Amino acid sequence: MTISRHALLGTALALSAVAAMPAARAGTAEDRGLAIAEEMARRDAGWGDSTVAVTMILGNREGETSTRALRIRSLEVVDADRGDKSLIVFDRPRDVGGTALLSHTHIHDADDQWLYLPALKRVKRVSSKNKSGPFVGSEFAFEDLLAHEVVKYGYKWLRDESCGEGARLRCFVVERYPKYEESGYTRHVVWIDVEEYRPLRIDYFDRKGARLKTMTLTDYRAYAPENAKTYWRAHLWDMENHQTGKTTRLAFGAYDFRTGLNDRAFTSSRLTRVR
Amino acid sequence: MRVNLQAPVSATDWRGRRSAPWRYALCMALPLLQACSTTPTGEWNLSGEIAAEMRYFAHTPRFAGQDDNIEFSPSGFVQPEIVYEWNDGDDRITLKPYFRWDADDDNRTHGDLREANWLHIGADWDLVVGIDRVFWGVTEARHLVDIINQVDQVEDIDEEDRLGQPMINLRLQRDIGTFSFFVLPGFRKRTFPDASARLRGALAIDDDDPSYDSGADERHVDLAGRWAHSFGNWDLGLAHFHGTSREPRLLPRAEPGGGVILRPHYDQIDQTSLDAQFTHDAWLLKLEALTRSGHGDRFAAAVAGFEYTFFQVMETDADIGLLGEYLYDGREDAPTAPPTIFDDDVFVGTRLTLNDTQDTALLLGLVVDVNNQSTMKFVELERRLGDDWTFELEARLFNDVDDNDALNNFRDDDFVTLRSTRHF
Repeated sequence: MTISRHALLGTALALSAVAAMPAARAGTAEDRGLAIAEEMARRDAGWGDSTVAVTMILGNREGETSTRALRIRSLEVVDADRGDKSLIVFDRPRDVGGTALLSHTHIHDADDQWLYLPALKRVKRVSSKNKSGPFVGSEFAFEDLLAHEVVKYGYKWLRDESCGEGARLRCFVVERYPKYEESGYTRHVVWIDVEEYRPLRIDYFDRKGARLKTMTLTDYRAYAPENAKTYWRAHLWDMENHQTGKTTRLAFGAYDFRTGLNDRAFTSSRLTRVR
Repeated sequence: MRVNLQAPVSATDWRGRRSAPWRYALCMALPLLQACSTTPTGEWNLSGEIAAEMRYFAHTPRFAGQDDNIEFSPSGFVQPEIVYEWNDGDDRITLKPYFRWDADDDNRTHGDLREANWLHIGADWDLVVGIDRVFWGVTEARHLVDIINQVDQVEDIDEEDRLGQPMINLRLQRDIGTFSFFVLPGFRKRTFPDASARLRGALAIDDDDPSYDSGADERHVDLAGRWAHSFGNWDLGLAHFHGTSREPRLLPRAEPGGGVILRPHYDQIDQTSLDAQFTHDAWLLKLEALTRSGHGDRFAAAVAGFEYTFFQVMETDADIGLLGEYLYDGREDAPTAPPTIFDDDVFVGTRLTLNDTQDTALLLGLVVDVNNQSTMKFVELERRLGDDWTFELEARLFNDVDDNDALNNFRDDDFVTLRSTRHF
């Protein structure tokens, strides 16, 4: 009796999931992968702007840790050719306190990046080619932090399977191929829950095809800024490097949405005024 | 961590309003106007650094009057920064005093207000009133067009340390770029090493008794304007400066007791400058150029160069950057202009960054005079220790220096600096 009730519940959940996203059913594995990515993007569209404080905890194989603190301000750009804008301001370690990195992402062209060095009060345009190197000595590359514009990747749906903590959720498992040259990866494998289209886990494969890193995204919280949509944000991003044993945790504070940030807050000339 | 005591309501009020600069000034002047009322609570932040330094000079000094016993020379500095922010960060008062103590150079023992200003950020404009530091430029070997702040020459000979400059700086952000206007009351004299100190040159400089072109002396109010814009792969800046030259001419003066000292003279100049950077792939192409009148005949100067970075070399996390710049200065056409070591020189350098947890970085470089091969070599190594300490090693070596090159002033002053800094 108990068993059949669970089975029934499971079927009902699966049915409702399928009904909610017809896009994920039809076509080739590539079509299904792309449809899932597009649905993810559609559900996350319209957030406007956000600010969040992040603590970064770096750990090595010996269990030693060091900590960084930074703040991320982001601006959604609703334009087919231009990606979002972001501003990362470092608070710790203290010797780099006040250093800021401004990024304008582009869909088809290379991104624009400026670095602000507070000791000299100097703004320096830097090469955006280095997407795959370690970000401030962590296990995250800059490309791991960026929002994933749909057209920057190719896709392939692999399978659906149980996922998440205690395997309580259902996930699409989708392969994603970076189309931009600067990527350090040949592919990602992404677990996306079928209910809310949230990425729960990403495996990164290096240029030789070997699994390099795994990121696990947990502590999802729902935000509902003014427009009645719900935006999910993971507050713990745990990256493990399988080849070095090093780890990095990003612990996000509460997000503030719609704080009134606009284009002018994301210009290179404003960098000297950033704190 | 920073604690924000600001009530968010008033902040959105201010941010949403596209207030004109004059309107804000009125509100500041008449704080009782109800429409201008803001929440008085804000946010305090104290940070800064304190450092201990040891300089080692490899040779005995060359010139008469310099202390023969200075081989190891200890020094230290403290630079706290106190910031008070309100209006959700749109208003900010910054106080950044600096004090250095030096065991051997009385002039290097000095204090300065690097910053003491009020900043207001409007919707598409911002305003700074008070003492501030402003950086212009793109090149590495020489900061040719960077003219707002006077060089704090006793700190180092690389002209990167600057004295705080009193100013009113209004900036307007427009679609065609950012326009900055500067009113600069109060001239800052360049600092020079003491008569008995190292790195002072052949003749001692009496920096207490300068002379000026302007009848207003150091009270001349200088003016400057700049347009800067980023578009596509380009970052451009065009600027004009009108006022007291930051570089003094050094005029010899016979002393009553015999001997000669140098007395700084500050001309009134007009300088128009361009700085440009083109960024593509791993390339940065850079140009700084200026034309200046006021030291006699008008002359031009330029620095042009590149930076190319190999990222993640040999499949490690390390980056290696290559830098090259050509430096030209036409002031030999204006014989009365202040001398420069960068008249016809080439800079080559390499920068290694390990991208490790400690942010280890190494810079090696040399600047060679094309005509007489006078060479300055430098090494800069930096690494963080723990969370709050950084450790730096800097060396400067002068080789094959021609008697007529401006570098001759430093030819026996090869030195190594070790610095340990606690950040708080």
